[in-house]
Amino acid sequence: MVGLENYLAVAAGLFVIGVFGLFLNRKNVIILLMSIELMLLAVNINMVAFSSYLGDLVGQIFTMFILTVAAAEAAIGLAILVCFFRNRGTIDVEDVNVMKG
Amino acid sequence: MSVADFAFYVFAVTTLAGGLFTVVSRNPVHSVLWLILAFISAAGLFILLGAEFVAMLLVIVYVGAVAVLFLFVVMMLDVDFAELKGEMVQYMPLGLLIGVIILLELGMAIGVWQFADLAPELRQAVAPDPQEVQNTAALGRLIYDDYILLFQMAGLVLLVAMIGAIVLTLRHRPNIKRQDVLAQMYRDPAKALELKDVKPGQGL
Repeated sequence: MVGLENYLAVAAGLFVIGVFGLFLNRKNVIILLMSIELMLLAVNINMVAFSSYLGDLVGQIFTMFILTVAAAEAAIGLAILVCFFRNRGTIDVEDVNVMKG
Repeated sequence: MSVADFAFYVFAVTTLAGGLFTVVSRNPVHSVLWLILAFISAAGLFILLGAEFVAMLLVIVYVGAVAVLFLFVVMMLDVDFAELKGEMVQYMPLGLLIGVIILLELGMAIGVWQFADLAPELRQAVAPDPQEVQNTAALGRLIYDDYILLFQMAGLVLLVAMIGAIVLTLRHRPNIKRQDVLAQMYRDPAKALELKDVKPGQGL
């Protein structure tokens, strides 16, 4: 059986890919949201790996809660995106300046 | 190398490749499809870890709902994605630099890390023997006994997200025919309907 470190390495790689995606797609909000999903998936892999190797089920339960929050976040984020696209006709992040923030 | 090890390496490489192509793909539809591949292989990793329920949840929730939601939005919005991708090369060095730094930090952390001596005693819910109690049954007992409040709260989060998404995207456009339930219910059949006795061969 492969060691815990292998799973942690996969999770670390996936997390870094998520961060990399945030920098690479500075303009496209849809891919930014997908990158966030990838990072949450990396966290989930960590949680389940620790849960399995330590023999503690709480990790898997909290994975479910992370999944819930990730699904809610994707739904709200995409709803905001659709709303924004209707008003401005673009999904470029640099055009998000209505509030002069 | 056993079959389980081989499966682990296959799933690990597929997950990472799926994630990488999600962020570098030029076509967002392809991005979503790569994302689905990454999630499915991550579900495979979860099965290897003995967490079948979370694996199935990942397939159902992410591939079945979230990825399809992304796909809907990508296809529904008429966006010129080529324009958005234009400056990708410009941010590549910075992204790579920060990615490598984070990877090195995580590598250092994983390299020297080990379980604390107290860790096995501090377990909140010791996983039962898979031969006796299945993963799903064990999780169910735990959720509905110890974590019922958190479970209901998670449901509330989903409800709020659903209401929020509907409120954000619902719009009332004028000049569109809509169903008026009350008008339909108060409609008088006597005024709308007329019965005629048609004689054979004569017509009206």
